[in-house]
Amino acid sequence: MNSADLDALIGQTPGGDPSQLIPLLQKVQEAAGFLSREALDAIAGHLGLSPAAVYGVASFYNQFRFTAPGRVHLQVCRGTACHVKGSSDVLDTLQRELRIQPGQTTRDGAFSLETVACVGACSLAPVVVASGPGVGSGSDFHAAMDQEKTRSLLTNLEQVTECNA
Amino acid sequence: MPMINVNGKSVRTEPRETLLEALRREGIRIPTLCHWEGLPAVGACRLCVVELEGQANLVPACATPVVEGMRVHTHTARVVDARKTIIELLLSNHPDDCLYCPRKGTCELLRLATELGVTERTYRGARIRHAKDVSSPSLVRDPEKCILCGRCVRVCSRVQGVGAIDFTGRGAATLVAPAFIDGLNVSSCVHCGQCVMACPTGALTDARHLRRVTAALDDPDLTVVVQHAPSVSVTLGEYFNFPPGTDVDGLLVAALRRLGFDVVFDTSFTADLTVMEEASELVERIRTKGPLPMFTSCSPAWVRYVETFHPRWRDHVSTCKSPQQMMGSLIKNVWARRRGVPADRIFSVSVMPCTAKKAEARRPEMLTDGRFDVDAVLTVRELAELIVSKGIDFRSLEPAQPDHPFGTRSSSGKLFGATGGVLEAALRTACFLLTGENPASDLTALRDTDGVRELALQVGGTELRVVAVSGLAAAARVLEEIEAGHLAPHLVEVMSCPGGCVAGGGQPHGQDAAAVATRMQALHRLDRGAPLRFAHENPEIRALYEAELGEPLGETSHHLLHTHRGGGHEA
Repeated sequence: MNSADLDALIGQTPGGDPSQLIPLLQKVQEAAGFLSREALDAIAGHLGLSPAAVYGVASFYNQFRFTAPGRVHLQVCRGTACHVKGSSDVLDTLQRELRIQPGQTTRDGAFSLETVACVGACSLAPVVVASGPGVGSGSDFHAAMDQEKTRSLLTNLEQVTECNA
Repeated sequence: MPMINVNGKSVRTEPRETLLEALRREGIRIPTLCHWEGLPAVGACRLCVVELEGQANLVPACATPVVEGMRVHTHTARVVDARKTIIELLLSNHPDDCLYCPRKGTCELLRLATELGVTERTYRGARIRHAKDVSSPSLVRDPEKCILCGRCVRVCSRVQGVGAIDFTGRGAATLVAPAFIDGLNVSSCVHCGQCVMACPTGALTDARHLRRVTAALDDPDLTVVVQHAPSVSVTLGEYFNFPPGTDVDGLLVAALRRLGFDVVFDTSFTADLTVMEEASELVERIRTKGPLPMFTSCSPAWVRYVETFHPRWRDHVSTCKSPQQMMGSLIKNVWARRRGVPADRIFSVSVMPCTAKKAEARRPEMLTDGRFDVDAVLTVRELAELIVSKGIDFRSLEPAQPDHPFGTRSSSGKLFGATGGVLEAALRTACFLLTGENPASDLTALRDTDGVRELALQVGGTELRVVAVSGLAAAARVLEEIEAGHLAPHLVEVMSCPGGCVAGGGQPHGQDAAAVATRMQALHRLDRGAPLRFAHENPEIRALYEAELGEPLGETSHHLLHTHRGGGHEA
């Protein structure tokens, strides 16, 4: 998102009103996919808050991210059912294979990783949800994951994203 | 006058005050960690809890208003237990490396743990792991020692209007940090150090220059020159059991000599010089319709604040270097030449009430021929530590005199240490410059700790309007007023720290309004009886102009004592 588009988007919200912070953060993230430093500074300036205060609010909530999402965005469910069925192994495997932490994106921009509390599909536990341009529209649910299935999922997705790239 | 009952005794309280205020006035010590005088209560730390009859739970005294007929118990077993548990929980993830902590001796957490009788580790929590932030030229941030009381966050945003840091993340991963958990060096931090004053632990401390200074003192090839700021002599004594506001000027000079400094100069001398240059600059700006109002430039955090937050006012800031930098420039350029000491063999140290001075000394325009004019800046805290570490019995020293030719000061220069003082000093000389006579009376109207004080006075047929501001949030309000046309002063003095340098970010830790007021009075007392009260009458100032500078705002003055502010970032 270029800075003119960003300014135009932010400009739709009345300035100087700190109560607009969360709706504005959501709006910008929806349009840009994440909250960049530039976006955060611009939002802070528009609402009359310090960048630190804006980052403080944004970093409190799981819904906001500060790096561009990958072409494939992976959400690992860390809810109770998934945890009991071994989702921490799944998460470990993803972190090791992709060499990123939750909230980060791989250098090549192919994958981003996130943990979520529950996706409402406990019967499929442990669940990994893949979404983003690399997998087309919508999101794919991958059920009953273990370490091996996680690795083969990554191999499949890599091939798909390369084809789509 | 609501009456309440405290521990079985009737107590008269003020309407609308909090229990904490009433109890403390009664002489009952209620521990607090998140409380900060002058800011609204947040009730976060719960250390001030008391038992209130009729309430099932303990209530926080800081956030509970007094109500007629309240019955309060402040130190029952239940209350003390609760307070102790809070401290034990805070200690559960604390590094416990007190022996190696720069705040040992002044740590509030350690003091509270002692007072509440914590003797063993009751809870063991996961340690916070986070690298120290040493990116700033003035401050060090060590999140592992942070107890999340939030005092720094509130002081930075509310008192100073800067907001460089805030709580980030949530729960056990909460961290006080700049946006994106970046280094302080790329944040909007102005280096004022009020967060260090507010921090109860070692989470925010000085960027220490002690090692640099001791290394220079041990180097036989270096001539080590030191200067000390006007407010230092009225606060340093507090570290050696003198009551607040004791002027220990002679002992300070003696201690500096004993530490091995070769030459001791008084920054109040260059404060006098600042008066000469700044008063002349003001008269010149009024005459030539230069940018008015003119803002003072002695407080480096204020200069940085203008550059960061209000760049359109930058041309309004006086071009004078601060007294520290004027002295630094004189030492390496004038004194060095006269003494025949090569400038690169001089190590120039200043003792300051200020953390921002550390950053100021590193600004690119503060160099002469590629060398810093001031090589190291010690806070009052660091100097006290140095004196103790070198085994000097401060109280038994024989008072000594500073060196010349930069050691004689008028009491005007000394006034720079408190809010309103720069104005008072500058107006005395401006009055002389405009009318040829010294003012008949003192401008005591400016001597107050209020955030903003205005004064209009007649000088030689012209009205001179001045404003004294302390605290950067107050300064922001004054800028708004000026912009809106409600205020049209000629000269605005801004000191970044509330109360001025006597409450600067490099002074003894904590918040002590009574001590600050006493320090301020000490400076005013020095002025009252002083034989030399005007910067323009200082014989060493006159001699300097005759021998070197010519006249205020002259070519040499401009080269040595003024700056045209450039990039604004430290080298």
